Amino acid sequence: MSGYYSGIIILTCINLLAVLGLSLLTGFTGSFCFGQAGFMAVGAYVSTLLTMNYAAPFPLALFAGGLAGLLVSIPLGYPTLRLKGDYFAIATLGFAEAMRLIIENLEKITGGSRGIPGIPTHTNLPLILVVTFFFVWLVRNYVSSRHGRNCVAVREDELAAEAIAVDTFRYKQISFAINGFLGGLSGAFLAHYVGFIQPSMFGIPQSTQLIVMVIFGGMHSITGAVLAAIILTALPEVLRAADAWRLVAYGAVVVLIMIIRPEGLLGSWELSKDSLQDLWSKLQARLNQYKEQRLAKAKE
Amino acid sequence: MAILEFNGLSKFFGGVKAVDGFSYYVPEGNLNAIIGPNGAGKTTIFNLITGVYAPTDGDITFHGESLIGKKAHEIASIGIARTFQNIRLFPEFSVLDNVRTAAHQRADYSVLEGLFPTRRRKKQEQELTDYAYKLLELVDLADRAKELSKNLPYGHQRRLEIARALALEPKLLLLDEPAAGMNPDETADLMEFIQQIKEKFNLTILLIEHHMEVVMGLCDDIVVIDFGKTISRGTPDEVQSDPLVIEAYLGVGEDEA
Repeated sequence: MSGYYSGIIILTCINLLAVLGLSLLTGFTGSFCFGQAGFMAVGAYVSTLLTMNYAAPFPLALFAGGLAGLLVSIPLGYPTLRLKGDYFAIATLGFAEAMRLIIENLEKITGGSRGIPGIPTHTNLPLILVVTFFFVWLVRNYVSSRHGRNCVAVREDELAAEAIAVDTFRYKQISFAINGFLGGLSGAFLAHYVGFIQPSMFGIPQSTQLIVMVIFGGMHSITGAVLAAIILTALPEVLRAADAWRLVAYGAVVVLIMIIRPEGLLGSWELSKDSLQDLWSKLQARLNQYKEQRLAKAKE
Repeated sequence: MAILEFNGLSKFFGGVKAVDGFSYYVPEGNLNAIIGPNGAGKTTIFNLITGVYAPTDGDITFHGESLIGKKAHEIASIGIARTFQNIRLFPEFSVLDNVRTAAHQRADYSVLEGLFPTRRRKKQEQELTDYAYKLLELVDLADRAKELSKNLPYGHQRRLEIARALALEPKLLLLDEPAAGMNPDETADLMEFIQQIKEKFNLTILLIEHHMEVVMGLCDDIVVIDFGKTISRGTPDEVQSDPLVIEAYLGVGEDEA
């Protein structure tokens, strides 16, 4: 496969890992997070410093990047997850900006705003594909478990969830931790793919793009998140033909989908054996109906 | 022995005394009611029991253990289930999932096991589903199990909410105006249903009702509150003939007062 296409797939997987966490946290648990880039930054810098300064093996650096994201989410989540809706979103936005500024000012360690060049580009296609598939599978398992149902209960009605003995705060913390891990992991892959990181890569536009992917694909669907990450990462490439109008076209596509399907591409539809069988039987019923109509017409 | 006991319970919102020195007890196995006009503080009492609000003063005990300071989900998990006056289901959940989510007693696999499709998890999920179907059959909703709960008609949503509360396998069930929005026939059916589940699940029930007639034939004991204060308590007959209760409900003409 040519480098261009494998590059797009790798970028898709990087976005997908970050979107997966957001989908669980924002889509399923209902805590609107506007700071995913902050977790990516943590993962990117921690893993980079490990590989460059301590010659850590790549898998270890990746894991450390994810773990760093998770560890940051705990003290951040403790005071902020009690906040209601919009306030939590603003707190996460503030966190990501603070992260960026901290990195910019820790010049001795992080190279400040000039960033860190020459990171070994360890990220390769087979590895990231396997890792991404694995985590999609894990999160899919999680959301269909009783714990996943508890998360959705928190999103649907926090008061009612408490009334049926769901520890709403705990489930928000778990989702936030998983989101932090996946954000950090995504950042670690990104750093070791591009070979260069600087704070401006992890600003508000990056967080926004990721949350747009979650909403675009369907808030209540992991399949939708996967699909959205694929479409919206590849779209700017497809739109290269539009040249200078590329980003305008990108925005227009997103706006259009939101108007036509406010629940996102897939809404809450999930790819599974059951849902495929369901779809298949519906299709057959439609087909039979059509055949009968043709037959009736032919008899006339 | 009292399963639930209130001791001088008060809740003030600024200057508003929503509940003012409420003392009452509910013996185990009883079906009791709190009645009173609109805004009397009935739902506030439920919210105090279930940990939604913290009281300004006083104490509530369940099986002799104080509930003050406990979180709402902790109170639910020790056996107090409730329904809400303005039905609170999980609208985007199927009817089945609404009930399954509450049936914590039937599955205890950990978060880690939630990430992997282990055999234990599969078995417990199956048990959850079977159990949920049993409860849905009881409330006549088994054939609508796969529908989204927001698409159910109002009366069915009420029954589903009761099924969800029962899935917690509670000792004490709190029903907040279960008959709201129902006609007299439906109300009579519902009251019979409440009587049935009380026997079947060995429950103690405390219910809030706005209309006095509804609870008259059914309850062991009634407490009447108005503007946060207890104005009467006793058997349905005693309460019904209490002049203070009649006054609270009908008001008193100017010349009489």
